[in-house]
Amino acid sequence: MRKIEPLLAILLAGAMIAAAIAAPWLRFVLTIALAKGIAVMGILLLLRAGQVSFGHALYIAFGAYTVAFLAPRFGDAMILLPLAAVGAGALGLVIGLFVTRYRQIFFGMLNLAMSMVFYSLLEKLYAITKGSDGIRVEIMPVAGQALDRITYEWTIFGIALGLAFVLGLLLRLYLASPMGEALAGIKTRETRLEFMGVPARGVLLSAYVMSAVLGGIGGALIAMTSRHVTPLLAYWTSSGELVFIAILGGAGGVLGPFLGAAGYELVRVYAAASFADAWQMILGAVLLLVILFAPGGLWGMAARAIGGRGR
Amino acid sequence: MAEWFQDNGLLLGLALLDGLSSAGLIFLVAVGLNLVFGVLRIVNVAHGSLYAIGAYAAASIGIFLAGLGLPDWASIPTLILSAALVGAILGPLIERFLLRRIYAQEEVVQLLVTFALFMILEDVQKLVWGVQPIHHETAMKWLGTIDVPFGADFIPFTNYQLFVLPGFAIITLVGLAWFLRRTLTGRVIVAVTTDREAATAMGIDAAKIFLLTFTFGAMLAALGGALSSPTAALVPGIGAQTIVLSFAVVATAGLGQIEGAALTSLMMGLGRSVAVYFEPELEVVVPYIIMVLVLLVRPQGLFGVTETRRV
Repeated sequence: MRKIEPLLAILLAGAMIAAAIAAPWLRFVLTIALAKGIAVMGILLLLRAGQVSFGHALYIAFGAYTVAFLAPRFGDAMILLPLAAVGAGALGLVIGLFVTRYRQIFFGMLNLAMSMVFYSLLEKLYAITKGSDGIRVEIMPVAGQALDRITYEWTIFGIALGLAFVLGLLLRLYLASPMGEALAGIKTRETRLEFMGVPARGVLLSAYVMSAVLGGIGGALIAMTSRHVTPLLAYWTSSGELVFIAILGGAGGVLGPFLGAAGYELVRVYAAASFADAWQMILGAVLLLVILFAPGGLWGMAARAIGGRGR
Repeated sequence: MAEWFQDNGLLLGLALLDGLSSAGLIFLVAVGLNLVFGVLRIVNVAHGSLYAIGAYAAASIGIFLAGLGLPDWASIPTLILSAALVGAILGPLIERFLLRRIYAQEEVVQLLVTFALFMILEDVQKLVWGVQPIHHETAMKWLGTIDVPFGADFIPFTNYQLFVLPGFAIITLVGLAWFLRRTLTGRVIVAVTTDREAATAMGIDAAKIFLLTFTFGAMLAALGGALSSPTAALVPGIGAQTIVLSFAVVATAGLGQIEGAALTSLMMGLGRSVAVYFEPELEVVVPYIIMVLVLLVRPQGLFGVTETRRV
């Protein structure tokens, strides 16, 4: 399964491009799915270490607001994306230094606390953030080229797809490296890891910073696509959504987050269109069914369908 | 300082009274969550939904019975009975048909199952009770107000918020402490919390204890909701707000700690309402600041016990 993963990735990317050409509204949905998939890769990293962050929407919101704030000044996607990534990484380092001292529920809840603090700052500091009205993001030039709306949307879609590919590849390398393997060690028995001389906290911290960077990139892409940022991006239910996508996709390969995100966004769009008042209920039911009857998530299902072993 | 007190003393007094009543509500919800976590080792995100459903059910049962000519004095027992009803129906249903299937699963998966349940129940509320605010304040009106002497002045305050809410919290605290320490069932619950394996090896029926504890926790959540219903209009989203606050209380208090939950609820209730009156922007942030400060000094929570590291 691991061997044919790159092939599957290319197939999935091809399917996404075909879908985006076939139906223009899908282009929007899939760009958001790719952006969330990138962020969910960060959740996957932490899940490797057995830690659930219930507050990673913080980094998505940070990336998104970075774009919204700085777009008037440095209005170019190619400048804003790295800025959002570096900013989120720096924030992740500061918060990570604190939260990586904790494990399990404390880790989860402290992350939740951080994101809720950020959420309320975004909501209450109306003079700076325009509160729950949010900030509009104008169409911006990409690499110095001013683009019309359709070309712009295609460009962002392309950037998201390209980033998903490159970052997915990097994540794969990282997970196979000694440092990535040490993450799994934190999950099984951290004390043993330390007896071997591996600084467990350092390993977790580096994974945490990486996950923050991935969140920042995802958030920047979301802001560029939806062109409107609100504090809701940082609310705890958005963080829950990220963990949801990670489990829906399956915690095995790096393709899981993207399968999960695409599935999640599509179900959400259809559910919202057909049952406006009950889309959450449908998503919740889907999640329950996946957990109870398809424990490997979509990735596990795909693996079984192909006949290999999921992982 | 003296001058500031002269200007703001009354406001501070009002904030303290308000904080006391909201601390009572927070405690009722958080202690249920903490109890359930202690025994089942599951962070129940849907605990917030039970709170909301308890509130809605109490309000509509109250409105219905008032229509049949229920005397005003009976409105408080009605609140309690509605809460017991909600807990007794939903608690066993959720434990039997959902949680029981996932006790062997990973922590992430358990968390997500309750998150999925939360999403489902959130829409169920909207479908059953709609999105218009519901208000039924007979219980609070019937008890009238009291002028609380404060220095040379008086602060008018409702009896319901001053006596009923903190009163119920204190009864619950004392009753629960007595129940857990002095009765056989209570001691069995403590035994399962401390060491599930040893307890089952001694012949304790863990399944029965799980069902009992979860139902009891659900009743406490519903009671918190029911008692809050006369004080404010019910709108969608109260469950989501309540649960994040309860998370903060549980993590700050230390897992499975009843007295810790009481002290933390008091700190957070007071802190939050002082913020409401003096720095409203900080209202939502205060509980998390308290949490972070406590966990910096005591990483296992205020009353938490450090677990021995296993190799």
